[in-house]
Amino acid sequence: MKKIYSNATEALDGLLRDDMLIAAGGFGLCGIPELLLEAIKQSGVKNLTFASNNAGVDDFGIGILLQTRQVSKMMSSYVGENDEFMRQYLAGELEIEFNPQGTLAERMRAGGCGIPGFYTKTGVGTQVAEGKELKDFNGETYVLEEGIFADLSIVKAWKADETGNAIFRKTARNFNPPAAMCGKICVMEVEEIVPVGSLDPDHIHLPGIYVNRLIQGDHEKRIEQRTVRQKESA
Amino acid sequence: MPWDRNQMAERAARELEDGMYVNLGIGIPTLVANYVGDKDITLQSENGMLGMGPFPIEGTEDPDLINAGKQTITEMDRTAYFDSSQSFGMIRGGKIAAAILGAMEVAENGDLANWMIPGKLVKGMGGAMDLVAGVGRVIVVMDHTNKHGASKVLKDCTLPLTGKGVVDLIISNLGVLEVVKGGLRIVETAPDVSEDELRAATEATII
Repeated sequence: MKKIYSNATEALDGLLRDDMLIAAGGFGLCGIPELLLEAIKQSGVKNLTFASNNAGVDDFGIGILLQTRQVSKMMSSYVGENDEFMRQYLAGELEIEFNPQGTLAERMRAGGCGIPGFYTKTGVGTQVAEGKELKDFNGETYVLEEGIFADLSIVKAWKADETGNAIFRKTARNFNPPAAMCGKICVMEVEEIVPVGSLDPDHIHLPGIYVNRLIQGDHEKRIEQRTVRQKESA
Repeated sequence: MPWDRNQMAERAARELEDGMYVNLGIGIPTLVANYVGDKDITLQSENGMLGMGPFPIEGTEDPDLINAGKQTITEMDRTAYFDSSQSFGMIRGGKIAAAILGAMEVAENGDLANWMIPGKLVKGMGGAMDLVAGVGRVIVVMDHTNKHGASKVLKDCTLPLTGKGVVDLIISNLGVLEVVKGGLRIVETAPDVSEDELRAATEATII
């Protein structure tokens, strides 16, 4: 079965439509599927809902789809650092469903594991739990949260073999595995596609079963907050 | 004299014990890492890392290596990486011994508000709700009063909650208060701050 495509536009061919729910990996600008986001922008598809921890910055990440008004709703835990997002949100042009970060990650993981709902302590007694079912277990109250079943997953890994077995690098893993799992179909971009057999099977972070289409490309990998210390003098 | 930011962080670091896995929030809590001394503390960053090291030396920044505040950081010999669902699995599962967080308001029953002010720009709760619901001990570090002098340590929070009955210890610029049955108990006051001054600056019940 062919998984490798020559570029992001080709890899998304036939998968995009208006009004769809897309799960995207990444935390801030770290580990985001930047090539696939650019191709979604070029496609012109609109009225998208994104399940993604953040919304990028004005000119990078999901931010580029906000500028073109292709996004109508975000399911996120934190959306700071994005002026265009705030402008559209305050003008009522963009809907936001705030999810606690761990609840968002678990909703993705659960969806990918065929689990339609789970109970968590997170958010009990807050706005997040309003209108949701509560249930007591061993004297503590939990709230029912639903799994996310996305129409499409777009994720970024470091390396993958030709069958999609993938390895992430450092904290760029973040939401990518749960986002990859929860989509009906998953497109992954990597920095390097390597031959089957060249990755240690014991070191695979995400098995290729979750990856339907795969591309290799050059990544900008922009840093959002560059913080450094001075070299200690010897 | 009330404690400054660094002195509050230093006091908070005294709550940490050898062998603890700890999550530090953004702001003053981040400074706590400077005061752990010889204690063997492993810092968790909820974007998927245990064993968070200091900022990188200029020129060695790695875009794939950031903390939950999206700042470039470094790894350590003990570092382990994992995905976000596992990261919050260990938080929700009670494996993280303590979280040290900032607060806008705390109530005498341990209610915490630190994520939104109605009518103002809401950026989201990030991982704060998961942390306060899941970790072993929640320590808040905060200024005792707002810029108008009104107490932020209250009978009831007025802002939307981050968690209900979740705070264990309050470290403010005026002193340290423990959340106990029936209200707050004074653990200590900052140097030259009297118990009366601390009580006067506190709306919450002090027992």
